[in-house]
Amino acid sequence: MSLEVSIRKKLKGFYLNVSFAQEGQVNLGILGASGCGKSMTLKCIAGIVTPDEGRIAVNGRVLYDSEKKINLPPGKRKVGYLFQNYALFPHMTVEQNIACGFGNNGGGKAIIEELLGRFQLEGLGGRYPGELSGGQQQRVALARMLAGNPEVILLDEPFSALDAHLKEAMQIQMIKSLETWKKDAILVTHSRDEAYRICRDLMVMESGREVAFGNTRELFRDPKTLAAARLTGCKNISRIRRLGDHQLEALDWGGVRLMSKDEVTEEIRFAGVRAHDFHPADGCAEMVNRIPVRLSELTEAPFEMVILFSCGAQAEHEIWWKVSKPDYRGIPEDLSVAPEDILLLRE
Amino acid sequence: MDFSPILISLKTASLSIVITFFLGIACARLVVRLKHDKLKMVLDGILTLPLVLPPTVMGFFLLYVIGVKRPVGEFFLEYFGVKLAFSWTATVIAAVAISFPMMYRSARGAFEQVDQNLVHAARTLGMSERKIFWKVMMPLALPGVASGGVLSFARGLGEFGATAMVAGNIAGKTRTLPLAVYSHVAAGNMEGAYQYVAIIVVISFMVVVSMNYFTMRGSVYGKRKRRREP
Repeated sequence: MSLEVSIRKKLKGFYLNVSFAQEGQVNLGILGASGCGKSMTLKCIAGIVTPDEGRIAVNGRVLYDSEKKINLPPGKRKVGYLFQNYALFPHMTVEQNIACGFGNNGGGKAIIEELLGRFQLEGLGGRYPGELSGGQQQRVALARMLAGNPEVILLDEPFSALDAHLKEAMQIQMIKSLETWKKDAILVTHSRDEAYRICRDLMVMESGREVAFGNTRELFRDPKTLAAARLTGCKNISRIRRLGDHQLEALDWGGVRLMSKDEVTEEIRFAGVRAHDFHPADGCAEMVNRIPVRLSELTEAPFEMVILFSCGAQAEHEIWWKVSKPDYRGIPEDLSVAPEDILLLRE
Repeated sequence: MDFSPILISLKTASLSIVITFFLGIACARLVVRLKHDKLKMVLDGILTLPLVLPPTVMGFFLLYVIGVKRPVGEFFLEYFGVKLAFSWTATVIAAVAISFPMMYRSARGAFEQVDQNLVHAARTLGMSERKIFWKVMMPLALPGVASGGVLSFARGLGEFGATAMVAGNIAGKTRTLPLAVYSHVAAGNMEGAYQYVAIIVVISFMVVVSMNYFTMRGSVYGKRKRRREP
């Protein structure tokens, strides 16, 4: 199994320019803010939108090649697309919707029954999509998509239309399903949680370009660039001055000196600390990497405290700290961070 | 009371709506599928023009095409022995020309309101363009298309200006209801005009009510209530 994508397209406001290649079972996430071109990338792969130039190939089969003037129509690409709002035909019953997945020949009664069973839709074949819950609608859309036996499946924000309480259950189901189907899959999302849970590999996008690519866990652990750190949810970022191989001065955090575990190379311009990685430093004088802070805002979430500090001479910089409630012991005067939790970032 | 205007009007409106309905849908589909924006604008302008032109001007153009001394009119007269201008056929041609833009625009609007994602989804599922049109576009656009049809029927029924220009006002032959009203009033016979006016009002009212019925039914599929995930 292989997937090769290289597309360029002029869009309103920016230029979409992505290329990646994957070997073996593809399980790729594309993470980015809305309007960064991630859905457009999927639409290009599916053939709904034609890029200006580039090449798309699945298992060596060329779907699109601007040089060789190849552009297969969407129906001939063997690519399944799960739309954000599922795009079920509202005037057709569940059965009729699934039958459409077989293209022009409509499948057969028995095979549709089998699909209904596989997607826990027994007895709902005669219902209309408007009569189903969000989760059921998603299962109908998945059944319809798999009816055509696609080689690659593209999931475009598959959970954004679901109620919060359904989301997690459906995500777990999706992870299991992707394992059983053994199909190449690309999932587009703006949710870090979803990307982290579901995707083995991750591409982070910003205004039409790839800003980071790699193993998902690795990428969250060490985002390497400023943009990747921001998009993977790093709330605290400071400009730095390099002091030594493992020493730096955090210019935006009151000029404190910090020690890092990784080496501070010449190209490192920023340091990042995730909001959960701070610890209160009160009462333990030997703790390294202390940052003096003043409280500016405290909000309470169901299971954690979200605290906004200010630091610097004029209190001009913000530091976010998130701590789970059992660990919360009041507002500290200093925060500290372990050297291995300091993310060293390039521009 | 002379019933011929009622009969002529109903015949004209019935035949013209059949032509207008399919012609309007075909043109709407053509324009919606056009990718070239400027071409789309120009074509749309031409197809909508009869809606904004005075009907007499449309009648004038039609006379230019189907008049006995004009290419099309002459052709029909010589090869089929059919005189187009100032015949019952001309009332149908006039009604089609005037009611066409309403059908075309309603159908176009209805097609354009169909969620594009549904069309995209149908394409990725491998459905042919023809199947997408008949199985997805048409059923979803049906309320809009149907109300456009009803509106066009009413417009064809009430056609006066272009009909007077190309079909004339020949009693028992091309005198439709609106022309009959005009003739009676012109002759100072208000009593006679009342009856035709009443008939037109009744038919038009029925048309509006049936149109509301189509639009109100909208696209609600399935009667059972939405259920929660068990």
